Amino acid sequence: MATTAVIDEKEKRNLWGGGAEPLRASYGKLMMWFFLLSDALSFSGLLITYGLSRFAHNAYTGKIADFVPSGNYWPVPEKVFTHIPFTHNPYPLVFVGIMTFILIMSSVTMVLAVEAGHRMDKEEVLKWMLWTIIGGAAFLGCQAWEWTIFIVGDKGRMIADGTTFFGANLHHNEYGPTLFADLFFFITGFHGTHVLSGVIINMIVFYNVAIGTYERVGHYEMVEKVGLYWHFVDLVWVFVFTFFYLV
Amino acid sequence: MGHGHHTTAHAPQVLPKDKEKIKKIWMTALILAVVTAIEFLLAFTMERGSLLTSIFVLLTFVKSFYIVGEFMHLKYEAKTLIWSIVIPTLFIVWLVVALLVEGNAILYFRNLWQWYAGLAK
Repeated sequence: MATTAVIDEKEKRNLWGGGAEPLRASYGKLMMWFFLLSDALSFSGLLITYGLSRFAHNAYTGKIADFVPSGNYWPVPEKVFTHIPFTHNPYPLVFVGIMTFILIMSSVTMVLAVEAGHRMDKEEVLKWMLWTIIGGAAFLGCQAWEWTIFIVGDKGRMIADGTTFFGANLHHNEYGPTLFADLFFFITGFHGTHVLSGVIINMIVFYNVAIGTYERVGHYEMVEKVGLYWHFVDLVWVFVFTFFYLV
Repeated sequence: MGHGHHTTAHAPQVLPKDKEKIKKIWMTALILAVVTAIEFLLAFTMERGSLLTSIFVLLTFVKSFYIVGEFMHLKYEAKTLIWSIVIPTLFIVWLVVALLVEGNAILYFRNLWQWYAGLAK
């Protein structure tokens, strides 16, 4: 008995005594994980604020088909986000569905880049990184379009001072209470900033792969780290999609 | 093995594709796409209410499980690493409950105030 205890103690000290990787992940990867954890808390703060604001306003109780925007109750998202480019017919949530699909696909190409990196296959890493960058840029383009539609507005709504207000800014919007548009800008904006920085970091890593930096270093761990960040951005969008657009 | 095929002195050995791994990646992608499609379908076919909201929340967690577990590879990391990421996120659950209850209270007092203001007129 005594001997086993001594051996356990020794092994424990070896694992956490330095020179080993007790979590079997490198310093860089660990720090990326803990950064993402803190970023998850930031996004939670924003999305929970949305929940609080929504619960602090009256809910729309009528039939969805008869929905008319008003400052007195929270809007039904599928009645707000109905536009897709190049047509004026209403297609509720289709555009945001396409955006979700784009981001999921770019996440897939990112994992494929990481997989290629494990095999030291530079050409494949380059190919999949490029697709990831294209996917990210496409998502950003869609988001720019979405914001433009939201800001320009459609039918307009009479506001308190008796004038008809079109679209949205931080003070007024035609869709519902002020906070609805404010949170739209803050939440999708904060997420969009993450996508933008992700695309820029992806481009830098792509450049480094192309000039053979990681081949010289002997591993493609940087692709893995930027991959973690990119998947996290995708993960946040999954939550934004549900809690901003679906519920 | 295979060292004779090197054309340049510094190019490292490129390993062959792991078919199983790549298949798994695409399967995960398929699951994510299908779950999103189901959510989309339910948004237009089901009556809005707490049941639909619960289904959405559940499906969102299914998707996050696949993204974090498979794509971010957390499922295959050391147990200690998994728990040091997962346990802190549990605090978020508390914040959700606390602030939603708070939101309800704000609505209650807002409507109460409007009712009073109406009486005073």
